[in-house]
Amino acid sequence: MLDTRRPGLAHACIAVLRRDLTLAWRQRGDMLLPVLYALIVTSLFPFALGPESALLKRIAGGAVLVTVLLAMLLALDAMFRSDIEDGSLEQLMLAPQPLALMLGMKILAHWLATALPLIVVAPVLAGMLHLPAAVTPVLLAALLLATPLLSLLGGILVALTAGTRRSGMLLALMLLPLCVPVVIFAAGALAAAQEGLPWIAPIAWLGAALVMTVVLAPLACAAALRIALDS
Amino acid sequence: MANWIPLWLHKLSSPPVFYRFAGALRPWAIALALVLGLIALYGGLVLAPPDYQQGDDYRIIFIHVPSAWMGLFIYGVMGVAAFIALVWRIKLAEVVAMASAPVGAAFTFITLVTGSLWGVRMWGTWWTWDARLTSELVLLFLYLGVIALYHSFEDRRQGARTAAFLALIGIVNVPIVHFSVNWWNTLHQGSTIKLLGPSTIAPAMVWPLLTMMVATKLYYVASLCGRVRADLLALEGGKDWVRQIAENEVHG
Amino acid sequence: MTSHSPLLEARALAFHRQDEPVFGPLDFRLDAGELMLIEGDNGSGKTTLMRILTGLLRAEEGELRWRGEPLTWDRCSGEVVFLGHQLGLKAELSARENLAFTIGLHGHRNQSGIEGALTQVGLTGYEDEPVRKLSAGQKKRVALARLLLIPAALWLLDEPYANLDRSGIQLVDALLEVHIAHGGAALVTSHGAVQFHGGEPQRIRLHA
Repeated sequence: MLDTRRPGLAHACIAVLRRDLTLAWRQRGDMLLPVLYALIVTSLFPFALGPESALLKRIAGGAVLVTVLLAMLLALDAMFRSDIEDGSLEQLMLAPQPLALMLGMKILAHWLATALPLIVVAPVLAGMLHLPAAVTPVLLAALLLATPLLSLLGGILVALTAGTRRSGMLLALMLLPLCVPVVIFAAGALAAAQEGLPWIAPIAWLGAALVMTVVLAPLACAAALRIALDS
Repeated sequence: MANWIPLWLHKLSSPPVFYRFAGALRPWAIALALVLGLIALYGGLVLAPPDYQQGDDYRIIFIHVPSAWMGLFIYGVMGVAAFIALVWRIKLAEVVAMASAPVGAAFTFITLVTGSLWGVRMWGTWWTWDARLTSELVLLFLYLGVIALYHSFEDRRQGARTAAFLALIGIVNVPIVHFSVNWWNTLHQGSTIKLLGPSTIAPAMVWPLLTMMVATKLYYVASLCGRVRADLLALEGGKDWVRQIAENEVHG
Repeated sequence: MTSHSPLLEARALAFHRQDEPVFGPLDFRLDAGELMLIEGDNGSGKTTLMRILTGLLRAEEGELRWRGEPLTWDRCSGEVVFLGHQLGLKAELSARENLAFTIGLHGHRNQSGIEGALTQVGLTGYEDEPVRKLSAGQKKRVALARLLLIPAALWLLDEPYANLDRSGIQLVDALLEVHIAHGGAALVTSHGAVQFHGGEPQRIRLHA
């Protein structure tokens, strides 16, 4: 019959990752938008609350977290949108590769393109609000665990809205209940660190949640996509 | 021996059979819910003694607590129906899950409003970030997400299946939210006054509460029957049994 | 092929949307080395049928068998290539990059390479242009190049002639002839006439 060479899993994963990162790089202006948004929102806090250092210091950790979350929400809708519109997602679903793994790679690429720049500017955001320098490493640790969690959970929700038209507000409504625990533990670690208390426990909870989510979310994402596009 | 139960359930899951069954059940459920609800209100608002600390203010629990139970209970029913809908692709389960969501959201909303009213008298403020109230708020958002997702699809069955998947994610999420909100509450030693303290409740307060619980369940059954009947008619508009009903309506 | 069950078989296949019948019931069987034309006017359910055959969409009634076993999306994946209205090309990537991604996912036939495939579909000189800058017909040709690369037994082509000029139409016919001659099978939807020289194709007519 046909003479074929089937690519291995690693090969396919790299193909997806490379394509999505190339696309992100070709449109790198879009990558900067969430960063710009986060900078603007953060600079609004002193205007709203007054430039008093003690007050800003108290809210700094939580404010940076919520700002990063909102900036990620802004970019979330684009995760699969263009792939649905140009038919690439159908092609991906028909490929002889495990869909969950391929979607996991897409989520990873999306995280690298949207969340990583936000983490890079997070110390700047923290500095704008006078977060003590000693807490910055905790902030980075919390963000490094919380942002992939949000990307993975967001991936499931984006897959669910795949069959609908524009869905920005709907995504926000659906993501809020899911991100409450993430925000609580990330902010809890920051608050503890700021008061000089041990902050390992909430970070460990986040880590455990991330491990679980890394395994389960791509599977849920694939299942959601099959349900949402079954029309 | 007990072979007739699955057989009966299988028969019941056919839309025309359920349509007739729900139609027969609905008036009874409404009547019983009304009677029991009135009895519970009389028992709670008139017969039960005032609380030694809160006076008459506590009487809002006869609405607040059964509503809170119903908010969770209906989410559970919705989750089970959603699971059945996704695994066995049974149309009736999709309809039941989606018809439950607005009722559950309404009960959760009532819980929040009555909790807030109670808070004004107890704490002097409309809203406190008490662990239970916060969990209820998140539950309301879960319901609203399911309802909004359902209505964002043009194809109702596809919308129902997708929203059912979201409801299942919510089932996983509810205990996690509850746990994290409790942890958060102990972290920020804020308001620690419990709405329902460990103080023993007089039996004269218990029976109206339980009666109201049964009444709200019956109301849910009645409301569900009505909603499911309407949705089934809309979904099965082209089928013969619906045409028959329509013809009977016109001629009879 | 040693087993005698056909590549693809449909029994009483029907589809409803909101309880309005879209098509069916349909019965057909497609063996290796056969071509089937699905004809019908706009709205007759050709695209819906195609999506069901890919396994993306589930038919509520009837039965679909792939090599004698019930068809599910994981059983036929990789053996089916689908060309739909949306071509599945990334506008920001070049034709070469798009095809490299296809190969990364699906693998490729031994004798074929991206260069050869692009030459065959007549896109020499356009390999590194972003797909965004190509004309509709040229985009279609990039998608057709995928057919040459992916090692699939069954081609599902939804309106492959749309947007193509006369030489493009001949190209599709030629691709189909070679594919059928090598023991492949294909389902092609069209609302126009199709010239096919490799034997008489089966025909199914869908009515709106």
